[in-house]
Amino acid sequence: MNVRIPILKLDEVLIVSIQWELDDQTAIQFQEDLLNKMHETTARGVVIDLTSIDFIDSFIAKVLGDVISMSSLMGAKVVITGIQPAVAITLIELGIRLENVMTALDLENGLTKLRRELEA
Amino acid sequence: MDNRSSVEIFTEWDIVAARQLGRNEAKTTGFGTVDQARITTAISELARNIYLYAGKGKIEIERLSTNGMNGITIIASDEGPGIPDLRKVMEDGFSTSGGLGAGMPGVKRLMDDFKVESEVGKGTTITATKWLR
Repeated sequence: MNVRIPILKLDEVLIVSIQWELDDQTAIQFQEDLLNKMHETTARGVVIDLTSIDFIDSFIAKVLGDVISMSSLMGAKVVITGIQPAVAITLIELGIRLENVMTALDLENGLTKLRRELEA
Repeated sequence: MDNRSSVEIFTEWDIVAARQLGRNEAKTTGFGTVDQARITTAISELARNIYLYAGKGKIEIERLSTNGMNGITIIASDEGPGIPDLRKVMEDGFSTSGGLGAGMPGVKRLMDDFKVESEVGKGTTITATKWLR
């Protein structure tokens, strides 16, 4: 059974809120869905909100890192928002550095940051 | 007393089952959110290693209570190919599967005690413990 992550569009920005624990298939499907949606809508920016996520392992980190690089290839900018303290701590201890990734504390700050980037 | 529970790892869905079990056990033991995340992440990495390298195996989770210390032990065992060079897999950044999995040094950092026993052709058992402070 495959649950798909909803992708919303607001002006030229796609908004994704990941609300439940990601299994491998859902994560890979999300990668594809997001790129397709970007292509269809010609969105120039994406906010991925992880407020509800209470852990990220190396696989999910890799999928997220990849989707950011892929989006960049298509000319879109991605901001990750809402990383919880426990997630930040375990990612660094695990040895995962999401470098060159735009982040913001929450969705609101993320949208502001992204809009500023897109105007620049 | 039923302090031990386990999940057999055959498919990637079992990785999800193993970490859910681990998170619940960590919660029951009384770990806070950061340690719950550490334990869940460690289980996810160990279960994925089993799935990637051995094909199948088992994740056992045991709640410990000794000398007034409480904790949780993860035992990841498989009868896979084994690890030829243990020293090498404990180096940061070493991977034979093209970057999947943060590897064992990461898991070691997330937990308090960490032990690997491996024999080429026989399999691998990794035991990792987190103590409640």
